[in-house]
Amino acid sequence: MAEEERSLEQIYRDEWGRIVATLIRLLGSFDLAEEAAQQAFALALEQWPQQGIPANPRAWLISTARHKAIDALRRKQRWEDGNDPEKAMRDLAQPTAPASEEETLPFEDDRLRLIFTCCHPALNTEAQVALTLRTLCGLTTDQIAQAFLVPSATMGQRLVRAKQKIRDAGIPYRTPQLQDLPERLAAVLLVVYLVFNEGYNAAGEGRALSEEAIRLARILLELMPQEPEVRGLLALMLLNDSRRAARQTESGDRILLEDQDRSLWDQARIAEGLSLAESALRTGPGPYSVQAAIAAVHAHATNAAQTDWPQIVALYDVLLRMQPSPVVELNRAAAVAMSQGCEAGLLLLDQLAQRGELPNYHLLPAARADMLRRLSRWTPAAQAYRDALALATHEPDRRFLAKRLAELEAKAG
Amino acid sequence: MQYLLLIYANESQWNTMTPDQGAKMMAEFGAFTQSIIDSKNYVGGNRLHDIAKATTVRVRDGKTLVTDGPFAETKEQLGGYYLIEAPDLDEATAIAARIPGARLGSIEVRPIVQMG
Repeated sequence: MAEEERSLEQIYRDEWGRIVATLIRLLGSFDLAEEAAQQAFALALEQWPQQGIPANPRAWLISTARHKAIDALRRKQRWEDGNDPEKAMRDLAQPTAPASEEETLPFEDDRLRLIFTCCHPALNTEAQVALTLRTLCGLTTDQIAQAFLVPSATMGQRLVRAKQKIRDAGIPYRTPQLQDLPERLAAVLLVVYLVFNEGYNAAGEGRALSEEAIRLARILLELMPQEPEVRGLLALMLLNDSRRAARQTESGDRILLEDQDRSLWDQARIAEGLSLAESALRTGPGPYSVQAAIAAVHAHATNAAQTDWPQIVALYDVLLRMQPSPVVELNRAAAVAMSQGCEAGLLLLDQLAQRGELPNYHLLPAARADMLRRLSRWTPAAQAYRDALALATHEPDRRFLAKRLAELEAKAG
Repeated sequence: MQYLLLIYANESQWNTMTPDQGAKMMAEFGAFTQSIIDSKNYVGGNRLHDIAKATTVRVRDGKTLVTDGPFAETKEQLGGYYLIEAPDLDEATAIAARIPGARLGSIEVRPIVQMG
């Protein structure tokens, strides 16, 4: 019984996105598709524990969902949006109903249509994230709301509005045209990375989001094996996630990279991440691949002192050329401090501050504080920690900064 | 589906164009309009006089109030529109991006509600 429940859970996670994606194409409606899929899974939950899991659960679920959808269409008094219910029913009755021929890339999988539609630029980023987690990953509205610390009703509204916009604004259910692909793919990868970071920075339940993002990236890689940045993003997330067990204390306090117990790093994730990062860099490096390469340099080092900091600085130079950003400059300055000394790092931070960059970003004074601390300049270091503390809002960040500040105040006397 | 493409721009940018620049812009608009007539996307469209010639009408408690100018001050003003037929939003935004005014201001793409 317990084993069957676990299997059903697994099947749900593996098949939900695929089934919903196909049903949306056949039904032309996110709501109808979700409803039918939900009913099919509910029936499975009812029948399978007694009758056993069918030989081909996916086929069973799709066929059951089709029947549920046909029932729903029959019940519907009025068909909206000018769609033809008769045609939809005929399509539903044919297991191999083909997608319409369009001048798009030869993507077969409905899940690609689904993710590109969920991450359409006409939807705001929050809606893109919520819709992707709901329809492709099968998270419930409550689960998404909990992960993002918003009330369920708010998340429900967000999903309803997103689906209404897709319907009323005529956002098409298809993969983008070739000339739009780079930009549209970038939006998809950003959503996946946002989901990952949300989980990475969260405590407890929220951390499941990182797993979800990695799963999404695996699906994307399966669907678009030729895109180096998909590979690069998966590599980056695996390498970052490999440090999960080492990067927090039991009470949820941050442990810096240099202080982490590297024997806790997940070697399987590292091996997979390194191999993906290498092949991504070989086939056409983009920002995610380069960030993965930086994470790979850390993964190679047995301790912080042995890290190849000049190599990391060089990779940040490459990243800056691809994607100029003050945050990347800040990270580069920290690497410069490690390879050339803290004075050199402080000079770069001064330049950033003089240009008025990152005025409200706590990591700028925090980086300055750390470099001053390493130079044993206790009083200015303490002041910089105070500046950082005034800007930090995330509780674990605040605890870390307060702890450092207390240590310094003791030293400065 | 039908979409209304609302062309917003800062009027002072228009008003400070040299006659040559203005003529060139008008020619570009003409060519664009012809291209969407040829592709059967065009349903209608017009250029509007500037907001100095706008009048606002409100009815409150049965009384009609007529005032000069637009209701709200904004940085960009509605300067014209196209009504187009397009199969989906991607096609509509691709057409909107070809409107010469998109390079100066912005185009708001609004789907038309299908009645009945």
